[in-house]
Amino acid sequence: MSDITNTAPELRKEIHIHNPKNKIKESAAYKTFTACNFILMAIISLVTLFPFLYLIVQSFTSDHAIIAGELSIQSFIDGKLTFEDFSINTYIYVITRNNHEFLRYYGNTILYTIIGTVLSLFFSSILAYPLSKPKLKVNKILSPFIIFTMYFGGGLMANYVLMLKLGLKNSMWGFILPMLISTYYVILMRSFFMSIPKDLEEAGEIDGLNKFGVFWHIARPLSTPIIATMTLFYAVMYWNNWFNAKLYLQDKAKWPVAYFLQTIIRGAGASDPDAQNMSANIKSCAMVLTVLPIICIYPFIQKYYVQGMMLGGVKE
Amino acid sequence: MSKNEQIQQEQPAEWTPTKLTLSRRMGKDFRINWQLYVMFLFPVIYYIIFRYIPMFGNILAFRKYYAGGNIFGEGPLTLKYFKQFISAKPFWDAFKNTLILNGLYLVFRFPLTLIFALLLNEIRNLHWKKFVQTVSYLPHFISMVIVCGMIKELLSTSGPVNDIIQQLGGEKINFIALAEWFRTIFVASGVWQSLGWGTILYLAAMSGINPSLYEAATVDGANHFQQVLHVTIPCILPTIATLLILDIGGLVGSGGAFEKVYLLYSPLTYETSDIVSTYVFRMGIESGSINFATAVGLFEGLINLVLLTAANFVSRKVANTSLW
Repeated sequence: MSDITNTAPELRKEIHIHNPKNKIKESAAYKTFTACNFILMAIISLVTLFPFLYLIVQSFTSDHAIIAGELSIQSFIDGKLTFEDFSINTYIYVITRNNHEFLRYYGNTILYTIIGTVLSLFFSSILAYPLSKPKLKVNKILSPFIIFTMYFGGGLMANYVLMLKLGLKNSMWGFILPMLISTYYVILMRSFFMSIPKDLEEAGEIDGLNKFGVFWHIARPLSTPIIATMTLFYAVMYWNNWFNAKLYLQDKAKWPVAYFLQTIIRGAGASDPDAQNMSANIKSCAMVLTVLPIICIYPFIQKYYVQGMMLGGVKE
Repeated sequence: MSKNEQIQQEQPAEWTPTKLTLSRRMGKDFRINWQLYVMFLFPVIYYIIFRYIPMFGNILAFRKYYAGGNIFGEGPLTLKYFKQFISAKPFWDAFKNTLILNGLYLVFRFPLTLIFALLLNEIRNLHWKKFVQTVSYLPHFISMVIVCGMIKELLSTSGPVNDIIQQLGGEKINFIALAEWFRTIFVASGVWQSLGWGTILYLAAMSGINPSLYEAATVDGANHFQQVLHVTIPCILPTIATLLILDIGGLVGSGGAFEKVYLLYSPLTYETSDIVSTYVFRMGIESGSINFATAVGLFEGLINLVLLTAANFVSRKVANTSLW
């Protein structure tokens, strides 16, 4: 990460400081540029954050204010939007409505995310590790076998028909299994495993570890960065997925929260009749609650994501 | 590896690779590395069941499927389903929309991402830079359901965008229900979501540029703008070329477009919003025409395969890099 936060401009800055002639020549134009750049970046940041802020504000606005249309610029200017319009009742309503169904969906999401992420990590790494061994002869067949699935696949219908045949409809496994191993993530992990020094692994073998032992006691502890990255990649993938639930989970009790959101946002065809006429603050509130864990954890895990992407990028 | 070498040293007379047949070489590989074989056994079974069986399941494009019956279809092979969709107007509308939406998105996102990366690279205050990066990567991690929920809230007739339009004296616009606004919404929200994330590979490439190049340019009297033009851009040209070629290779694929289109479209906007993958979904899952939908999906998949392979080939030739 420290690499990306740019050594180059830092050094360039020094060059400019040590080169007074140059500094004088472009200082005026350059200062203008820096100022403009700052303003532009501030605008971009604001535009990026605005939808989130709007959702949060809307979710804390009382029903009364929403119905009266008071969440608008005009009301704000007229002073109609006051602190009395602030309300946490929407949150209470969303959580308690229909016998606490929201909490059940939320719990399902947490369960699927944890089980899915653990299994995904395990199966991806036991595939990526042998793939990272250039001397393993079978890789000449295995690599194309795995990688070809990135180019061409079964498509929606063939997968759907298979899942029905396997009897995975209405089961948690119908949600998890289709995305258990992501080929792209396996390739990222393989790139990382390849960068582990051979000497360490060979030393382990000389000390009497078998290949499993080398993987578990040497390669795995050295791979914390990629394992952290993959944990987060997979966890976000499971947390955000709604489409598998739409295809395979008809039983409402098994829905993840993302699919519940889909039904209330899409409105038409929602199995929940009052979801169609749900007021804006309720939708916002459900969205805020769903996105909250990601926004809270995200700033702390961002560097891992970036590392993971770099890994893929560098090996490209 | 060391065991491999040990065995080779112990049996020098026997070890002549040219004499061993393929099966014997594989057998030997297995004896040495059987534990690695055991490791990938389960993932390989997974790939066979969940990736390769559906791949062969594409035969449903040519054979009748009966609900609950053989997943590879029953009866003789037929081209009936291909003929059906080739002559279906909605299919060609969806195909056209797929190209237009992906094409427009590429045309806007690609240069904007590059410019944003160059501007980010010019920020000197590292804290500020880190902040802008953190904020701009955020939308990448948000579920498409939430993104589309936000779009609908922001663009609803009582939402802030219409609020601003009204303040400026304009008429309210029901964006979501109007076909002529769909492309704008699709592209703008796509740029909003991917702008920051797309800069990562560029920033990585820029951080790898040798500082002495900038030093030399300064000595030659190049100002800042000239340095960007003559040092930064040429140095990241391979990255630009690779990303561009791969993006072009993905023009027919639906990738992330399916979720967004599915969540935002309605019969009111089909004329500009319906893409091949949403068409497949409607025909196959909602209407139950499994064979027809498989044929359409297979057609899309094959074009995608050809384009990706071609893009990868060009990328390997031009920039000496490929996706895999």
